[in-house]
Amino acid sequence: MIQESLPLEASLVETIKDERPKFIHRFWKSGMTKLGVFLLLFLVLFSYVGPLIYRHSAINSHLLATDASPSAQFPLGTDSVGHNVLAQLMVGGQSSLEVGFAAAIVAMIFGTLYGMISGMAGGWVDTVMMRFVDILLSIPSIFILLFLNAVFQPNIFLMIFVLASTAWLGVSRLVRAEALTIKNQLYVEAAHAIGTRTLRIMVRYLFPNIIGTVLVASTFQVADAILYMAGLSFLGLGLPPPTPNWGGMLSDGMNYMFQNSWWLIYPPGLCILIAQVSINLIGDGLRNAIETRER
Amino acid sequence: MGELLLEIKDLKKHFPIHGGFFRGVSGNVRAVDGISLQVYEGETLGIVGESGCGKSTLGRSILRLLEPTDGSVRFKGQDILKLSKSQMRTMRKEMQIVFQDPYASLNPRYTIFQTLSEPLEVHGLADASTRKQQVHSILQRVGLDPSYSSRFPHEFSGGQRQRIGIARALIVNPKLVILDEPVAALDVSIQSQIINLLEDLQNDFQLTYIFIAHDLSVVKHISDRVLVMYLGRMAELASSEELFFNPLHPYTQALLSAVPIPNPRMKRERVILQGDLPSPAKPPSGCVFHTRCPLVQDICKHEVPVWTEVKPEHFVACHFSSNSI
Repeated sequence: MIQESLPLEASLVETIKDERPKFIHRFWKSGMTKLGVFLLLFLVLFSYVGPLIYRHSAINSHLLATDASPSAQFPLGTDSVGHNVLAQLMVGGQSSLEVGFAAAIVAMIFGTLYGMISGMAGGWVDTVMMRFVDILLSIPSIFILLFLNAVFQPNIFLMIFVLASTAWLGVSRLVRAEALTIKNQLYVEAAHAIGTRTLRIMVRYLFPNIIGTVLVASTFQVADAILYMAGLSFLGLGLPPPTPNWGGMLSDGMNYMFQNSWWLIYPPGLCILIAQVSINLIGDGLRNAIETRER
Repeated sequence: MGELLLEIKDLKKHFPIHGGFFRGVSGNVRAVDGISLQVYEGETLGIVGESGCGKSTLGRSILRLLEPTDGSVRFKGQDILKLSKSQMRTMRKEMQIVFQDPYASLNPRYTIFQTLSEPLEVHGLADASTRKQQVHSILQRVGLDPSYSSRFPHEFSGGQRQRIGIARALIVNPKLVILDEPVAALDVSIQSQIINLLEDLQNDFQLTYIFIAHDLSVVKHISDRVLVMYLGRMAELASSEELFFNPLHPYTQALLSAVPIPNPRMKRERVILQGDLPSPAKPPSGCVFHTRCPLVQDICKHEVPVWTEVKPEHFVACHFSSNSI
């Protein structure tokens, strides 16, 4: 045996240690990543703990104080039917964050699997799978969303499914393109030469090399999902009222833009922006932590 | 010579060319077109030829990294082209390959430890604790510090990476190792180190090498026998010494005359080949070399030369080989 021919000195074995810092350290070392985590934490606390502290109904209409500008009673004013905007913003964050993240994650998982299988399989399987994606992509996604939402009674789970059903398309194309490149790399051929199974190659070779791209692409899906939900609410096919959400608040507020009702537009807009920025920063941090090479 | 280890019969690898409106097959690139040879235990068989002559395709076809179109490959008497995928996977620990490009052949996401322990894992050759021990000792054997095992490929130089590639091939104790231009991507000073390492390893572990290269001086140094390929076909096969001192095929003669001699005062006749390598999709009729051969006659254009043993253990495919003996 090759191995037996050269026994390793015991002292040497002990000095061999892992030089690479743990994943969590690599993730946490960047200031921007920390900022992203804090921003997201802030949004989560704002949406879930906020309503417990600021005990005002988001649903009650204050009909004597419609379109009120920010004041001591209503820190962020009220909308045209007298809803307390701050209370709405907090409660609305719950459905927006849940749907936004869940839809992005479902789309990312399904799109990655689909793209990896398509790219790895190649041949006619790949052609059929990708033509199916092309067909779905050729239909404007708002029609698919409208159709699904009109056929089924919208609730939060359906909403996640509906939004993910169009968001995975882009991810799968991206992943398939990456898979095609990596599949033909020499180190994948080397893995075949060793006798590695295709499944293991997908998990240990393809996936780690693809995940960076996927993470970056998926971070955009969160804000996309929140905004698509807004579009659907605008058309009356979003989550059934009176449940508020950021996207819906934003599209409502647009109608009053020329009345100088800035408190209807900036707060939900800012929340969506913060959600997007925080998830982007976290995505970057994750990618850098996975990356073996320093950037 | 040892026992017969590998026997290749009439091996062909054609790549279909897709074209036309319905993407039908409009032709074939005959990358490897009828190679038959025997490899004996413990020897080094060199395979030389210019770029595009099918050397690497031959190497990959033997290992079924590319599925051969036709022919048979018998390893220890077993036709490996008939094996199922899972049987072939088991067989792979007997026959390994070292690739030319040490930069592209290592997974950038794997530490060296992961790269080297994967073959052991895949073949279930060792449990977790002995795996570590084995990886460290093979690293030492190929001249690397075992403490490097937690590093990533990009932290190494080309020569070091090639050592890792060699370690990966050898860690499963193969019988046959195909070396696909293992030194072509390295500096000359590093080349000799790697060649010496390969020779040491061969002596220590009774390895059989198929050494694919285009650098004749390297091949001459390491090989027992040398096969010269041209356009996917065999041109000449002989022992290393015989081939270098008594080349019979005009193509071999041309190749040898291109080897630089480290003496500026020595002059010799160069056989300069005209034109380019013909397309392997449309190989010339008769002898495939006739379009560039300095000795071309009419017969060459019509008749395929027969692979003949003109001297003991010296095979040539040329109509006029017997004239030049």
